Amino acid sequence: MKIARATAHYVLLCLCSVVILFPVAYALLMSLMDGAAILSGRLWPEKGTLVNYEAAFQQAPLGRYLWNSFFVAFMITVGRLIVSSLAAFAFVFLRFPGRDRWFYVCIATMLVPWEATVIPNFLTIQALGWTNHYAGLIVPFWAMAFGIFLLRQQFKQIPHELYEAAQLSGMGNFRFFCRVVLPLSKTSLVTLAVYSFLDAWNMYLWPLLVTNDDRVRTVQIGLKQLQTQEIASSWGVVMAAAVIAMLPTLLLLFAGQKQLRKGLMQGAIQ
Amino acid sequence: MGSPMNERVSTVPSPAPWSVRTKREARQAAIKSWLEGMVYLCPSLLLFGVFLFYPLGRTMYLSVFHTDYQGHPTEFVGLAHFVALLQDASFWHSLKATVLFAALTVPTTVAVSFGLALLAHETRKGIGIFRTIFASTMGMSVGVASVIWMFMYNPAIGIINRLVSAIGGTPVSWLLDQDTALYAVAAATIWMNIGLTFLLLLAGLQNIDPSLYESARIAGMSYWRQLWTVTVPLLSPTLFFVTTVSLIQALQTFGQIDFLTKGGPVEATNVFVYAIYREAFVNYQFGSASAQALVLFLIIAIVTFLQFRFAERKVHYQ
Repeated sequence: MKIARATAHYVLLCLCSVVILFPVAYALLMSLMDGAAILSGRLWPEKGTLVNYEAAFQQAPLGRYLWNSFFVAFMITVGRLIVSSLAAFAFVFLRFPGRDRWFYVCIATMLVPWEATVIPNFLTIQALGWTNHYAGLIVPFWAMAFGIFLLRQQFKQIPHELYEAAQLSGMGNFRFFCRVVLPLSKTSLVTLAVYSFLDAWNMYLWPLLVTNDDRVRTVQIGLKQLQTQEIASSWGVVMAAAVIAMLPTLLLLFAGQKQLRKGLMQGAIQ
Repeated sequence: MGSPMNERVSTVPSPAPWSVRTKREARQAAIKSWLEGMVYLCPSLLLFGVFLFYPLGRTMYLSVFHTDYQGHPTEFVGLAHFVALLQDASFWHSLKATVLFAALTVPTTVAVSFGLALLAHETRKGIGIFRTIFASTMGMSVGVASVIWMFMYNPAIGIINRLVSAIGGTPVSWLLDQDTALYAVAAATIWMNIGLTFLLLLAGLQNIDPSLYESARIAGMSYWRQLWTVTVPLLSPTLFFVTTVSLIQALQTFGQIDFLTKGGPVEATNVFVYAIYREAFVNYQFGSASAQALVLFLIIAIVTFLQFRFAERKVHYQ
């Protein structure tokens, strides 16, 4: 009975895995075939070829797109960590007039969907001359209510006695923030970092609007370019590009999955 | 930094430094603490101001104007854009497509992810691998997922039509057919969204006290009874949370539409955000696009607000 149950469980797990992994496996297999093999409807490459990968890097500046995505996502992540942790610190440890009011202002921003602001933001970026600049892709995403909220939940777990002790020993607020609060909050900071990076890498509408130059275009827009330019016989190239573009986030997710699962819930349900 | 201030303070005749504070001292201290607080808050507030509150106000402003191609308001029209929207069949159509899209994706995503979370919650050898696989679609960006599904849907050489032909069916132009396009995009979207929803639900399951299951087992409850009497009630805040998050996500769908169908065929997949995008950045009707964006804002604000209220009640309840 027990063995039967375990077997059934594993069978179910495997079936679900096959369904979920299928699109990825399919893309991988297709990326290893040449045009003729894809058209023939084969599912398994007779002999693998890397021509599609070569072509993806030669026909399109895929390397450049990847670097742009990486740089933009990295800078958004770093900026978010700094901006959110500073605000969260003020909300938890500092006492000043109007503090709670400002907290509600920050939380209220969660009600506003990005799309409700996208038109004036586009015009602002244009006015600033930030179209086709990294700054236009990065700076608008630094402030984030969810990040402030998540870190505030975490900072509240730090015993207030620590803060009082630091004050008595003459440690300034900023030093306390750097030396005590941040090191004690590694888990939440990593959670926010992984989440932000995935989120930023995934960004689509905004880069579509504010870039039209290959030098700053991100990989999402690059894929769109490839897909619109390619004809049916070059699907292998598109699949090769897709496989390469999924690698960074997939690796990050594998590394940070456990962390993300624990950390996100903390911010979500508390 | 504080020394000149202290000197001035010391000239004030006050016996104990902390017991009796003069009004001025208290005010100075308040101003100082306020300044310090604001230093920490100012990056967030400044960014919210420039990229969120100002543009939100500006969207409201633009929604009552005609604009030129650069987005400058030219002529005040009052509520004309809103009135025109309500009379516009294509606005209602896109609202309908959005609602249908949400109805197709949200319940399915949550149900499938819930099933996967239940499967992956049990402790077994190698379960970590399955958890990673189930969460993996979270690492699929919208571009990657879209091009893969686009190829799978390809009428001539995609795998889906090959399977259809293999079992004797007639091939379908999934993304080019008015009747199937929205369903096809929805299926791809469900796959993309499973990862995050699964991860959140799994975390929720792991927060449930295992001793409750122990007592349920001792009481002789079957697996399904346990599911209904222990798991579902205790997971309900998480379930509610992921449902609202998925709903908001569905209302904001853009990327996969732009990749897969571009709102077509015949507007069948012209969901709300795609309609706004086209109105603003293809037709350059910034005023009327702003009016549409405000309608979206209103809908999403209501959903988010309800989520907050419900979550708050849950916290008090616990």
